Amino acid sequence: MMKSLISAAALAAIGLGAASAQTIAVTNGRVVTNAEAGIVENGSVLIQDGLIVAAGANVAIPAGVETIDANGGWITPGIFHPHTQLGLIEVGGERSTSDVSAPAASFTAAIDVADGFNPAGGHIPDSRRRGITRFAVFPSTASGIIGGRGALASSTGAPDSLFNDRTFLYIDLSQSGAQTAGGSRNAAWAYLRAAFEDARFYPGRFMAHHEGDAINRFDAASLVSAVRGEIPIVLQVERASDIRRALRFAQQHPSARFILAGAAESWMVADEIAAAGIPVIMDPLRNLPASFDVLAARLDAPARLHAAGVTTAYTTISADLYFNPRLITQHAGNAVAHGASWEDAFRAITLTPAEIYGVGDRYGALAEGYAGDVVIWDGDPLEVMSAPVAVIIDGETQSMISRQSRLAARYAERVPDGQYGYRH
Amino acid sequence: MIEDSSRKKGTLWPMMAGALAGLAALGLAACNGAGEESADTNGAGNGDGLVRFNPDPYPSTYTPFPSEVVLIQGATVFDGIGGEFENYDVLMQDGRIAGIGEGLEAPEGATLVDGRGRYVTPGVIDIHSHLGVYPSPGVSAHQDGNEITAPVTAEVWAEHGVWPQDPGFDAALAGGVTTLHVLPGSANLFGGRGITLRNVPSRSVQGMKFPDAPYTLKMACGENPKRVYGSQGRAPGSRMGNMAGYREAWQRAVEYRRAWNRYWDAGDADATVPTRNLELDTLMGVLEGEILIQMHCYRADEMALVLDMAEEFDYRVTTFHHAVEAYKIGDMLAERDVCAAVWADWGGFKMEAYDSINENLALVHDAGACAMIHSDDQLGIQRLNQEVAKALAAGRRLGIEVTDGEAVAWFTANPARGLGIFAETGSLEAGKRADLVLWSAHPFSSYAVADHVYIDGALMFDREDPARRTVRDFTLGQPGEGVL
Repeated sequence: MMKSLISAAALAAIGLGAASAQTIAVTNGRVVTNAEAGIVENGSVLIQDGLIVAAGANVAIPAGVETIDANGGWITPGIFHPHTQLGLIEVGGERSTSDVSAPAASFTAAIDVADGFNPAGGHIPDSRRRGITRFAVFPSTASGIIGGRGALASSTGAPDSLFNDRTFLYIDLSQSGAQTAGGSRNAAWAYLRAAFEDARFYPGRFMAHHEGDAINRFDAASLVSAVRGEIPIVLQVERASDIRRALRFAQQHPSARFILAGAAESWMVADEIAAAGIPVIMDPLRNLPASFDVLAARLDAPARLHAAGVTTAYTTISADLYFNPRLITQHAGNAVAHGASWEDAFRAITLTPAEIYGVGDRYGALAEGYAGDVVIWDGDPLEVMSAPVAVIIDGETQSMISRQSRLAARYAERVPDGQYGYRH
Repeated sequence: MIEDSSRKKGTLWPMMAGALAGLAALGLAACNGAGEESADTNGAGNGDGLVRFNPDPYPSTYTPFPSEVVLIQGATVFDGIGGEFENYDVLMQDGRIAGIGEGLEAPEGATLVDGRGRYVTPGVIDIHSHLGVYPSPGVSAHQDGNEITAPVTAEVWAEHGVWPQDPGFDAALAGGVTTLHVLPGSANLFGGRGITLRNVPSRSVQGMKFPDAPYTLKMACGENPKRVYGSQGRAPGSRMGNMAGYREAWQRAVEYRRAWNRYWDAGDADATVPTRNLELDTLMGVLEGEILIQMHCYRADEMALVLDMAEEFDYRVTTFHHAVEAYKIGDMLAERDVCAAVWADWGGFKMEAYDSINENLALVHDAGACAMIHSDDQLGIQRLNQEVAKALAAGRRLGIEVTDGEAVAWFTANPARGLGIFAETGSLEAGKRADLVLWSAHPFSSYAVADHVYIDGALMFDREDPARRTVRDFTLGQPGEGVL
């Protein structure tokens, strides 16, 4: 796929350049490979020059290499969160700290989250500390159904941590999309069809007059790649009827590629989604008729989607997308509690998201040639009481310190007011 | 009202009699005291010709569902007050806990439940819920939790906004919730009275009201009130304005209470009756110690100020809710005997939530204060056991020693204490209401689900029995009918 080639090239240029040339071995743990080797007890992982060299049983560890003993814990690929706004918001209620949407802007598809993404975002270190090594960065919508283009980043916090930009286009066709489109689903779909036409006939249509039917020339230039299928379109849809509409639209636009996000009622349309080969990003915890858009939400939806063969990744919509993406392991654990297999659930927060974004050959598995993103846990990563003890990204051991961990350490020591100051 | 229903139901379900006798003994002061004059809430009472008010004009009509004698055998039992016992039995009889221990003898006709490999805790209690007042579906017509028309609305009562048909109650039940406290929201300085509910289906909120549970009053610190009213160019528009708004109201309450006490103390039936004020009735109830303050407060410095304000006007804060920074002042909370109800990991959604840490609950507990989990959320309420597990694990990683048994109190005994209902529920002790959950696995596991949920000894939820599910009117005929 073209996208994979592009990302591989981009990685070679920016991502791996930063990785150390050292060799690290992680030993003595339950290795979840997400690859042919499956789950291996008492296994090891060897990372060289930022890439996995070997993972599983009988890995030959060269003498003298830096070795991390997992002490019987779990060794897994890093968590890949398919749906965050990390690096775009600091404080949800403070508009000045948020770059997720632009209510007063006239641009749509031209919006690119890479411009606003802050690798030093305050919530990235705590996400990393909870095992998230890669994540997708999403815009929101505000003034129309097209939110703009999202990106992929690592959680290193390094200046080059955004490793893949203009990765997908985000469009909201749910109840909220209907509102931003002017007041109805009908208007939202009409707008989308018009915008597609604008992009399809770009630049010709804009030679004679500068405005398209729906979007301006600059936005059309950005939408082209999505219309041609060079990047996928993430459609936010919840209701079964909207999902069916989206499937029909996908059929009518065979060159474009689609991903469904939200998708609360997707289990009702699971067979059709599977047949269309369209992936779904959904939240396993949503189970209430919280709106007329999601009347059929249910806890066993992940299990039903997996059973129907739908490519399913999980998200944390019901928590949030910028402070609590770290809860994705709990969300996956609850999918298991309600019928999903452990393997499907874990894949839904690691390899499947990577595959959905066309980087499944680089991230989400412990196999030769994959990026050296490894997390060592003190227990089953889907258990709420488990946590990472070490996180490795691109072969480099990461800091486990976050602002939150500093606050906890500071107040673990009880200090009366008279001695309160001058502490670090 | 209570006595009537016990007589009526007593013939149908004799085993309920004990529980209801217990209720009657505790007495609903309003029912007993107001007598035949209770129809007139402004009417005279006590036969002295003085005007008094009925403190309970919308009395509980809650009646426990039918129960059997049930013996759960061989489970790991957390009693909610620190204990963890392996291979233990729990006996429920007449809607009450009849005993917990090893190898209990099964009374004749008892239903035996195999608890081997499973876990028992007291029923989950959520001290902070908006089910019913912000129900599903969350359409504009259902926004009944905030009276956003004035910053001091102590006269509104959450129970008057509770929609008993909220499907969220059933989902909470499947998560083991047997009792929940529904509050008004936090738009106002004084949001109104909260109400403690049994998590049972009923056509009316009265049918859910926890008999004899004290009323509560919701107050709110910080960003919400000052934002809501400041943006309208009204007071409060700052934290200064928040404090001024509380103090002004408390002072009025002090004067109101003085006027009524002067009238009652004088004992003169011909004296001019002070004018009744529904807002000040509630505040006076707080000053009398009858209504418990449940205060939404994130920042440590604000909680410290509120504690002084409580001394200034001589009332008690029972529990700070949300209390994201409680860990910074655990010692102050312990010293003043004030509880903190917190999340495991919510934060970041506004500036006063920026310092949220997972260790909050454990740090407050470690400082010797009464700490507990809460949800404030229709999804979070379904897995408060997991929320406690996260808080516990984070605390242990920080080196705080807390046993599993102590942590179970964070979703059982401590919220019961915070609501003033611990004498009735929140622990598995003989004589208490038989509110309990039988979990499929250790309740601190992601994979644990509630297999059985009992309320007053009645099996209200059985994962294996889809027939024993409430299908709320709203979901009837919808694609999500009866689905959890």
